[in-house]
Formats: sequence, structure tokens, C-alpha cells
Amino acid sequence: MGWIDLVSQTKKNGLMKSKRFEDKMKEIIKYKSLLLLLTPGILYYIVFHYIPMYGISIAFIDYKQVAGQGMLESILNSEWVGFENIINFAKSPMFFKVVRNTFLLSFYSILWEFPAPIILAICLNELRNYKYKRIVQTISYLPHFISVVSLVGIMIMILSPSTGYINVVLVKLGFEPIYFMAKSELFRTLYISSGIWTGIGWGAIIYIAAISGIDSTLYEAAVIDGATRIQRIFHITLPMIKPTIIILFILRTGGILSVGTEKVLLMYSPITYETADVIGTYLYRRGLVYMDFSYATAIGLFNSLINLAFLITANYIAKKYSDISLW
Amino acid sequence: MNIDKSLSSRLLDVFVHGFIVIVLIATLLPVVHVISVSLSGSSEIMAGNVSIFPRSFSLSAYRLLVNDKLIPGSFLNSIVITIIGTIINMILTISVAYPLSKKKLPYRNFFMGLIIVTMFFGGGLIPSFLLVTSLGMYNSYWALILPGAISTYNMIIMRTFFGYVPDDIEEAARIDGAGMMQTLFRIILPLSMAAIATISLFYAVGHWNSWFSAMIYLYDVDKFPLQLVIRELIMQNETARLMAMAGDFDRANEMSGQKISVDGLKYSALVLSIIPMLIIYPFVQKYFVKGVMVGSLKG
Repeated sequence: MGWIDLVSQTKKNGLMKSKRFEDKMKEIIKYKSLLLLLTPGILYYIVFHYIPMYGISIAFIDYKQVAGQGMLESILNSEWVGFENIINFAKSPMFFKVVRNTFLLSFYSILWEFPAPIILAICLNELRNYKYKRIVQTISYLPHFISVVSLVGIMIMILSPSTGYINVVLVKLGFEPIYFMAKSELFRTLYISSGIWTGIGWGAIIYIAAISGIDSTLYEAAVIDGATRIQRIFHITLPMIKPTIIILFILRTGGILSVGTEKVLLMYSPITYETADVIGTYLYRRGLVYMDFSYATAIGLFNSLINLAFLITANYIAKKYSDISLW
Repeated sequence: MNIDKSLSSRLLDVFVHGFIVIVLIATLLPVVHVISVSLSGSSEIMAGNVSIFPRSFSLSAYRLLVNDKLIPGSFLNSIVITIIGTIINMILTISVAYPLSKKKLPYRNFFMGLIIVTMFFGGGLIPSFLLVTSLGMYNSYWALILPGAISTYNMIIMRTFFGYVPDDIEEAARIDGAGMMQTLFRIILPLSMAAIATISLFYAVGHWNSWFSAMIYLYDVDKFPLQLVIRELIMQNETARLMAMAGDFDRANEMSGQKISVDGLKYSALVLSIIPMLIIYPFVQKYFVKGVMVGSLKG
């Protein structure tokens, strides 16, 4: 009696399995035109995102580019060197310098640039004239649309030691002109200030949206209880937008090492390498200027992994101390 | 509201209005200044007399830049790249966002996972560069358009929008015998025009402002987009070129007595790079704000 049950059970399982398979195939056929539509896009991701991921293996080989050969061929034809490139990078004198610069730039960036939009959003919320508020908002996110090139261009011209307005004023006041863009110690300040200039208005948009979603009865109750405007800000507004702040903070921290390489590239020069050279720019020089492909890929791998580590950590901490996290 | 005449409330007002005024001035001042300088005579520029308003108004620098083929050529290049790039962006983005907006799509989670992973991890600069060049795209606009063809962030916004279209409408279309592709073109897309406009603008601005890909992949100066040319002129200090331009103009315009300084040229070039965005901005900014808000709702 036992094994007959077993057999019929297995038959049922088998039938169920093949029925599930049948159903699955029916679904696929039903959605076939959509799946077909999806194909070029998926192909795009595979070619331009996943093949380069495989290309990370270049960090572990002595990549030799042979004329006429594709990247994949050259990878297969090159010698395996294991962790040699990564170790060389870690041991090199540049390692400490660029990592330090990257962290410091990121850290101070986040420190100064992150709160600014929040403050602006809260200030805008306190405005009673709606028209004025709209105008200020619109003007404030104009800088977001100015390209990095134009931004750095403006900085260079205004800070120019000869004709830049800042120095013209300094000279008229009797001081010596300062070549701002050539001073290592000023690099971070300039980078971050221009970052605030660019991002404060645009960043405020999300916070303004979040604030407008706060239930107004909370405020009414607080007014009845005698709370001042300042108290209302700190006890209602800020706590209610905490989830937004945390999520944006996680995303910001996760990108900690992708300190805007493009912007640094435009702002720096050999004179300011001491503070300005970050992982991304060093990678760019070693890889695309000196063509040291394997070494540069190793640097890139290091960069990606640390970014990932920070993202995971930030998410973990957020999960632990609040209900909000990315996953 | 009478409680609000308290000291703390007034102090708050001082802070709030002060902060906002500072933000307004700081935002506008650099732009206004740069525009003013670009419109001033070169002797005034060198003497440093220009602050907010132009002095000895002069368009000579602009005339020079516009007549030389470098900047107008790069302007056109940027337009071409932006238009073609955005079209390809939108076709691919919609082709991915629409199917993925259907909750019953087979393997949907697998595809979403595949795509989202790319937001957090990637090959890096060198593997991408080697791949693109080995695909034969060096010195071609395709290198500027294909690698970034789909922005996952934009695609997710698009997908969210498609998800808002009520199922009943699609049901009705299906009952009327429309296939999935017909439904897409005849019904979904017309209903999603706002989203399409917004995402297209996101992509377009991205193309217009980009310079790095152009720098690493383009070799012919004739193909350079506007931002790259600006970089060459201002950051790479193509002084020789600028002086040649200034010299040419001097010889041609000796009579008008207007001399052009190299710095004057740089200011004017800078303004030319900003002007298109300044002009379009008031018209399109509301689309961007809406787009960000939808994106953040999903996030």
C-alpha cells in the first residue's frame, strides 16, 4: 500500500511539474511580443555593462593590446599575473595619497553639501508668499543645468590671478593677487563650494516635496499646544522627513568613492595633485594617458569594491537604527 | 497667528530670509558677472572695471567666435549628438520599461535584478574603454551614444509611469483585438506623453552637457561637441589658438579700434556655452521637477 502511494505521488508530482512547465511556456508565448521587445535593451546591458564586468579580469592579467584584436581576444591571449597589479597599487606611494584625498574630499563634500538642500527646503517652507517661493525655487536650481565644464570655466575666470574679479578687488584693497586654482590647500574648499552652488536648489526639490506631504493637522495641533515656529521645525518637519533624508544619505554614502572624477579632472593640475588627485583621476592618468591598462583596471576594481562596501554598510546601519533602508 | 510675533519667530524670519537672499545672490551673481564681462570692451576687462554691468559695450569677441568655424561647428555637433542620442535613448528605454511594467511578465524579477545590479557595480573606465574601442567606435559618435544608451534611473521612472496606466484600458484594447505592440503605440504612448517629454529632456540635457566621453573617444577636432571645445579653450589654455583668433580680428578690424583680449574671448566662449541652457531652462524646468518627484516616489 505504501509504495503504490509513493508511485502515484511521484506521478502526480511529475504531472504537476510538466503542467507547471506547460503553464510557463504558455505565459512566455502569451508575452512573446513583449519579451521580444525587451531583447535589444537586455542585449545593451549585456554588452555595455556585463562584458566590461568580465573585463575586470584585466586587473589580473598582463593585458597586451594587439592591433586588430578585440578586447576579449586580447584578454584570452594575455598572461595571468594574479594579484600582482592590486598589490603593486597597494604598495605604491600614490596609494595612500589618492585614497586619502578621495576620502577627505568625499567626507567633506557630504558634510557640507548634504545638509544645505535640507536647510533651503525648510527655509522655503517658511515663506508665506507663494509667488516669491516659486521664483526662488526656480532660480535656485538653475545651476544644476550648467555643465561641469561651464561651471569650472566660470570658476577659473572669476578666480583668475590677472583678470578675475575677485583678485581685481583684492588688488584694489591693497592685497597681493592670489592664484586660487593653483593652491592645493584651497582645492577642497573650491570643489565643495561649487558643489553646494550647483546642488543646493536641485537637491531641495525632493525635500520640498516630502515636506509638502506632511499632514497639516500635526502643525495645527502643535500651534494649539503653543509650539513656536522653530519648535515646529525641529519637532515635526525634520522628524517627518527623516525617511527621505536617510534614503538619500545612504545613496550619497554609497557613492562615496565616485567623487566626481570629471569635475576634479577639470579643476586640478599637477600643482594641486597633492590634495586634488583622487582615485578616479589617478586611474584615468595611469589607464588612458600612460596606457597601463592592467594596473588601472586593478585600481578601478579596488574603487568599485570599496564603494560597494560603503553602500552595504550604510544600508545596514540604516536598517539597524530605523525602519528605512534600500533593501 | 498673533503668537508668532515672538522673538524666536522674528529671529527665524531673519535667518530664513537672509539665507534665501544669499542663495539668490550667490546663484545669479557669477552668471550675471560673466555675461557682463563678455559684453565689455577689452580694455575695461583688463582694468578690472566690470562687475555687474558691462562697460564700453562690445560684441566684438562674440563676432569673432561666431565667425570662426570652431564654435559654431561644435555647436552643431552637440545638436546632432543630442538629437540622435536622445532618440536612441528613448527607443531603448521605452522598449525596456514597457515590458517590465507588466507585473505578469515571465522572468520579470530576473530581468529587473540583472538591470539593477548594474547601478551598483560595473566594469570601470578601462574595461569599458577597451570594449568600446575594440568594437570599432573610436573617433565615432557611436562611442558617445551607445555605452550610455539606457539610464537605469530614467528607465525606472518610465516604468513607474507605465504602471500608472489603468489595466482596464489595456484590457479594452485587447478585447478589441489589439496586439501588445499596437496597444503600446496607439494607447500607452499617447497617454504617457508627459513622462516621455520629461525623460527625453533628462537625456537631452545629459548629452548636451557631456564632455568626458567625447574627450576620450574623439580624435578629430571637427567632431568635438561644444563642451569639449570650451574645455580646450578655457582649461587647456589653447592660448595660441585664441591669440591667433584675436590677431586675425585685429587685422580685419583695425579701423574700429576694438581690440580683443584673450581673456575677453574666453569669457565670451564661456557665455556661449551657457546661453542655450539659460534660454531653454525657463520653459522646461517644470518637467524636470515633476520627473524628480516621480522618481523619488518610487525610490
